[in-house]
Amino acid sequence: MYEQTVRPLKGAGDPLSGGVVATGLGKRFGDLWALRGLDLNVAPGTVLGLLGHNGAGKTTAIRILTTLSQATEGSATVAGIDVAAHPGRVRERIGVAAQQATVDGLMTARLNLQTIGCLHGMSKAEARRRGDVLLERLDLSEFASKLVRTYSGGMRRRLDVAASLMGQPEVLFLDEPTTGLDPRSRGDLWEMLRELVSEGTTIILTTQYLEEADRMANDIVVLDHGRTVAHGTPAELKARIGDDRLDVKVANASELPGAAKAISVFAEEEPMYDMDGLVVTAPIRPGVRVIDVVRALDDAGIEAIDIARREATLDDVFMSLTSNSHHQRDDSKDDQRDPI
Amino acid sequence: MSKSVLTDSLILARRNLEHIRQVPEKLTNVTVQPLMFVLLFAYVFGGAINVDNGGYKEYLIGGILIQTLAFAMMGPAMSIATDLKEGVIDRFRTLPSRRSAYLFGHYLAEMAGSLLTIVILLGTGLIVGWRTHAGFLHVAEGLALLLVFATAVIWIGLWLGILVRSPDAVMGIGFVIVFPITFISNAFVPIQSMPSVLQWVASANPISVLIAAVRTLFGNPVSPVTKHIWPIDHPVPAAWIYSVLLVALGWTIASRRYRARTMD
Ligand SMILES: Nc1ncnc2c1ncn2[C@@H]1O[C@H](COP(=O)(O)OP(=O)(O)OP(=O)(O)O)[C@@H](O)[C@H]1O
Ligand SMILES: [Mg+2]
Repeated sequence: MYEQTVRPLKGAGDPLSGGVVATGLGKRFGDLWALRGLDLNVAPGTVLGLLGHNGAGKTTAIRILTTLSQATEGSATVAGIDVAAHPGRVRERIGVAAQQATVDGLMTARLNLQTIGCLHGMSKAEARRRGDVLLERLDLSEFASKLVRTYSGGMRRRLDVAASLMGQPEVLFLDEPTTGLDPRSRGDLWEMLRELVSEGTTIILTTQYLEEADRMANDIVVLDHGRTVAHGTPAELKARIGDDRLDVKVANASELPGAAKAISVFAEEEPMYDMDGLVVTAPIRPGVRVIDVVRALDDAGIEAIDIARREATLDDVFMSLTSNSHHQRDDSKDDQRDPI
Repeated sequence: MSKSVLTDSLILARRNLEHIRQVPEKLTNVTVQPLMFVLLFAYVFGGAINVDNGGYKEYLIGGILIQTLAFAMMGPAMSIATDLKEGVIDRFRTLPSRRSAYLFGHYLAEMAGSLLTIVILLGTGLIVGWRTHAGFLHVAEGLALLLVFATAVIWIGLWLGILVRSPDAVMGIGFVIVFPITFISNAFVPIQSMPSVLQWVASANPISVLIAAVRTLFGNPVSPVTKHIWPIDHPVPAAWIYSVLLVALGWTIASRRYRARTMD
């Protein structure tokens, strides 16, 4: 079913072909550096995940790499082509699904894709054929001749991904591709992206879902206020902050500081706590036994409802890298700014 | 990249036609509205307005042509504002299409609409009794002038759309600008019937000059000149100068705005 989408390897043999390289990429809006000092080296046929809070600079990075915006400093090549010097040639090799779906509400899904195919230089028939394959692949066939205006958010999102694949891109940029997708659609999309990667496509995706980065990405870059705060494989990042974590759930918020203090003797670093979840979390030193933790909590008079030892997740990495205070892990939204 | 700007523009222009197929109401302001204006003015007001040498119906058509083409500024402005709002523009900018094709595609589609308007207006005119009384070359020159003016208006509309960004704002601003400009002119009533101050305004109004030029070229009655200013005294050359300047201006500011809006 999907054979038709296998793309002839453009520029095969060129070591840079298909990959993405960025050096000291920065973008300033007025006084604000939305992105600063971004270095990337994404090998062809691999997936890079860009992680970060709202306003961290993910979209800014994607916009520069996809020729929509110009870097204030630094340089980048996509598929071996300099984005600033030859934006036109870059556009021939990339596919983009922006954070906000960019589909035309007053046309059918099929015509949206056909128009895009034609702009890629395909004949109408060819564009239509490829469009239909992609609609089928993204589970939209049923709605192919419906006006996009009538689409749900998730359908629009998927159509946008289909649009990004019309040109059989060597490098695919997906800005939060699974935001708003139901779990099944998300799983389908992941599967499809894996297929593309196995065919040699390079993917750069941004996401808020750590699970997604964990599953999809070979490499992860964590951005915070425009700066790269971590870079590595999911395993490396997890290893970096200690392998095992201890979660202690207490009955009420007033006990959080006491619990944190009680377990700090077993911890690699200062425990963090989540006010809403009433959970204290800390990376624990190797060899610590849970029974000792229970005793320490009991001695301190803390009423622990639940104690669990588990492997670190990317969530932990993310929190410890990007939270302003290491002592408090809360999900307050004050440092979140929305772009425009 | 073997495709030409024209190919890309045509692909993009097809979008606008598709929009009209989906929402035919979009077409009313270039079809039904001018038709309604002709009928309303010819039969409702026509009897009350006296025009020498030919009568009101012959007078009216030149005015309605220019007025309707001026209102055609709203179409491109709305389309662009909608594209900007929905982010569609970013999609096209990541495709290997020529940068200029985007605006040019809109221009082609809107021009098709304006051509349709001209055909409908002239057809209705003929039905209600309007005729030309000039040589073929003059009539052809009149039609050419209409097309150049239509071009100017569309580019100004494209500029307005990029500037304003919101389709609703376009509607508001468009009406506030276009209504007074087209009504304080010789479009529907001869200038001498206005109070003296308005006579000055209407005589200096480039729309009056364009309308006078079209009437002159079609051999239709013109509004007698009461306030002597060079353009209204020499409507045909002045109208050409205005139109060409407006095309140059509209094209420049629209392209500039577009570049500025799409480079951050
Ligand atoms: N066009 C712009 N003008 C001014 N500031 C901007 C512009 N675009 C983005 N910014 C700012 O740059 C910073 C980074 O924004 P960006 O959109 O890259 O964040 P993001 O990581 O994609 O966030 P989100 O998760 O919310 O999508 C933000 O502080 C934002 O306000
Ligand atoms: Mg973003």
